[in-house]
Amino acid sequence: MSKTLIKNGYYGDFGGSFVPDEVQKVLDRIAEEFAKVKDDLTFNEELNYYLKEYAGRETPLYFAKNLTEKLGGAKIYLKREDLNHTGSHKLNNVLGQILLAKRMGAKRIIAETGAGQHGVATATAAAMFGMECTIYMGAKDTKRQALNVFRMELLGAQVVAVDKGNGLLKEAVDEAFLDLVNNYENTFYLLGSAVGPTPYPEIVEHFQSVISRESRAQHLEREGKLPTAIIAAVGGGSNAAGAFSHYINDENVRLIGVEPAGAATLTKGSPGILHGFKSYVLQDEEGNLLDTNSIAAGLDYQGVGPLHAYLHETGRGEYVAVTNEEVLEAFQTLSKTEGIIPALESSHAVAYALKLAPTLSPEDSIIVNISGRGDKDVQQVFELLKK
Amino acid sequence: MSQLTEAIVEATRLGHKAFIPYIMAGDGGLDTLKPTILKLQQLGVTAIEVGIPFTDPVADGPTIEEAAVRALAKGTTLRKVLETLASFADEITVPLVAMTYLNPILAYGIDAFAKDAYEAGIRGVIIPDMPLEESTIVHPSLKAYGVDLVQLVSLTSTPERIEKLTKASEGFIYAVTVNGITGARSTFEGDLESHFKKIQSYTDTPVLAGFGISTPEQVKQFGTFTSGVIVGSKIVDSLAKDDWDTIESLVKASKVQIL
Repeated sequence: MSKTLIKNGYYGDFGGSFVPDEVQKVLDRIAEEFAKVKDDLTFNEELNYYLKEYAGRETPLYFAKNLTEKLGGAKIYLKREDLNHTGSHKLNNVLGQILLAKRMGAKRIIAETGAGQHGVATATAAAMFGMECTIYMGAKDTKRQALNVFRMELLGAQVVAVDKGNGLLKEAVDEAFLDLVNNYENTFYLLGSAVGPTPYPEIVEHFQSVISRESRAQHLEREGKLPTAIIAAVGGGSNAAGAFSHYINDENVRLIGVEPAGAATLTKGSPGILHGFKSYVLQDEEGNLLDTNSIAAGLDYQGVGPLHAYLHETGRGEYVAVTNEEVLEAFQTLSKTEGIIPALESSHAVAYALKLAPTLSPEDSIIVNISGRGDKDVQQVFELLKK
Repeated sequence: MSQLTEAIVEATRLGHKAFIPYIMAGDGGLDTLKPTILKLQQLGVTAIEVGIPFTDPVADGPTIEEAAVRALAKGTTLRKVLETLASFADEITVPLVAMTYLNPILAYGIDAFAKDAYEAGIRGVIIPDMPLEESTIVHPSLKAYGVDLVQLVSLTSTPERIEKLTKASEGFIYAVTVNGITGARSTFEGDLESHFKKIQSYTDTPVLAGFGISTPEQVKQFGTFTSGVIVGSKIVDSLAKDDWDTIESLVKASKVQIL
């Protein structure tokens, strides 16, 4: 567990809280409540009930036999977060935070979303808990994920298309923070990625760490030892934070984060402050943000969670980038060999696994975090392959 | 007393109220910066708040955010703003106050920023995304060059927090009159007068009101219990429309009326 990693809201030099004073007091309240509930037995019993009965956990650690044989190297295991209710890992964090919001007396939930998965997960939980829900989404993202917009509306949420700047996740985050500043008295901002001012990165890592808690136990049971490597896609970094969390102190387990080449914050960015926290940022020499270009809406982000900046800087984590072409290839390969259509985001992790596995021995094993299912991307991939 | 504080105190000594307009540097192109500043100081403003456009203006409302988008589209950067200001610094007669987010300052280099800002006529800096607790990042450099670090004080904060921020603020206290972000508003809530008096009781540094002040009546209203006002969105909006009459009427409202 990385609990010991975080100190005064910082992972090493990264994290912290750089927000107007008015937001800070809202964050302080959230931090205070989170500290109370995170090890609270009653809270965790309730959370575990919903994770099991509503989300459908635990998710399988599936041995991808066909893919392993095809590549002829390390054993490949897939952590099937795509089998969660709503089709991605996002619900893990949403259930945790919405229970936190309820404890704090919030009546209204707001969230940002990129690919739409966090928005759908939030709208889902808000519907189940009977809370009002507003989802902010970049205008460009609402177009490429139109079906998810409809899903959210179907679930009773109001979807606000943010038609500013590039109309991507960044603009949606900005808009959600503005809403929070103006409405914090009755509103809880349910942040979906391991980013933002403290305490959000810690909260998201905590609620996503159920992924590595399960996978560590599952792998030990199956193989009698720890895996050689964990591979997860990194945009903001929530699924990777959850997939890495329980292995951070297992120094022999390689932690590999895979970024899109068109939004490679850790491999091409530099330290900066964005959206209220210090981390790596894709920026020009004036400190303004650079445009991103990934086929995966959920990874199209100029920042990255402070945990990953810390793991990158200390060398504990390895961060690599894959191209859109490699991602499309991986999307099809996993579909054909295992009958599992991964989300384009998750396909980044798969793409790197396809490169890494053949270089390792059959004694090795790697866990690829399949953070979400690819149904939402089928239309987009269809268009891309037609070209 | 810092130059910034002195300018405000001087205005009140004459019976007027301090009036600080906010402009977005580079909105309409950086060529407009000089004529705008010279014209504003001619109208008798006390100081000028110069906004630096940033790609992620989390504390700004739509009017100022859109101005930032326009300014960025014209290639405005912190470096170019400081260079432009420095090119006519000898003609600037009022203190300038820069409003910028933290990341552009970090990218510029904190020490270099403090030095270049001073040479550009900037005597105060407002950094809305930098909490007091993190201000040690920039404060020593600003202090070395005599640039004040102005704190935003929200009326909705706890009394302890208000006292702490007020005492830490340099130049003046930027009292935020409403919940949330910048932008013109028609009504104000709560017992503002007692609130402002409470803030002023913690310090000798003048307290100014900002966020949402958009009419001459509001300038007068806030002037009755503060040392003056900052007007942002309304000025930005008027400049974009080249509507100097509105700007003049706002500045006039801060002056003693001579019959």
